[in-house]
Amino acid sequence: MAGTAVPGRLTWEPAELVEVIVETPHVKTIVLDVPSWPGHRAGQHVDVRLTAADGYQAERSYSIASALDGTRVALTVQRLEDGEVSPYLTDELRQGEKIELRGPIGGYFVWEPSDGGPLMLVAGGSGVVPLMAMIRTRAAAGDDTETRLLYSSRSQDDVIYRDELEQLSGNGLRVVHTLTDSQPPGRTGYARRVDAEMLAEVGPRPAERPHFYACGPTPFVEAVAEALVRLGHEPRAIKTERFGPTGR
Amino acid sequence: MDELMLDGNAVAGLLQEVFAVEMTTAVGTCGGCGAPGPVGAVYVYRGAGIVLRCPHCGNTLAKIVKSASRVWIDLTGIRTLQVTV
Repeated sequence: MAGTAVPGRLTWEPAELVEVIVETPHVKTIVLDVPSWPGHRAGQHVDVRLTAADGYQAERSYSIASALDGTRVALTVQRLEDGEVSPYLTDELRQGEKIELRGPIGGYFVWEPSDGGPLMLVAGGSGVVPLMAMIRTRAAAGDDTETRLLYSSRSQDDVIYRDELEQLSGNGLRVVHTLTDSQPPGRTGYARRVDAEMLAEVGPRPAERPHFYACGPTPFVEAVAEALVRLGHEPRAIKTERFGPTGR
Repeated sequence: MDELMLDGNAVAGLLQEVFAVEMTTAVGTCGGCGAPGPVGAVYVYRGAGIVLRCPHCGNTLAKIVKSASRVWIDLTGIRTLQVTV
């Protein structure tokens, strides 16, 4: 029966495109309406399935960017030039058109306000997406958990959610950017890849027992996790999600 | 390090399809080194099939091959799996 999904059992459900938000030259957010949406927690993802006229199907996973908002689900998608799915989602799909989606999926890389903090989020590129869901969930709940986001981007133009992150800063949230490839004139912030020294300067000390969430390309996540362990943080407190070399 | 390596989060949908419960928070014990850990933290390699490896010792925990109509799972490398029901 439609609309009576058994808990735990994943079913493909129709999702209608409601809105497209241009985030950066290569990244867009697609806002979907999923009538059967059962709700989600920050950090979870969905599987998206596209079916071609000849029956060929392609599936990809995308992190949920939004906090819980009824049947609305926002996915932030990086357009991969040689991608099978992302160019369709970012450039071809029109308002009112439908795709298939199943979720929410995952429970390991999840944060809820009741999990507490201090919270240290470390993002590489589009790895910021599930961490933004955590920041938005925290803000929507009026939660003041001490939270820091260390966010690595190539350039200022590649920073996703730049204005919103600035607006949400304060109330216990601190956002620190590092730009690895190019700097706007006069900028004085971090201008290198995330390393142990930067994590020590920005992040809480091991004695504060922070919860870490690191998300990004595999080499980025590996470097962050290794550096955190070297700094004396508890390995079990470091949760990671790897996108592979080119995003998902 | 293999840049194509992913982690258990990447196969969460497939595992939930098979087991009908959320599996990334399930705790598996490695049949090689005995280390316990959440499925979300295991290393995942995708090729013709999917290989799950222990993040501590590299032991092969599981191999998964999916076709249109069935999923074949080899769990030889996992000693125990604790699932929240």
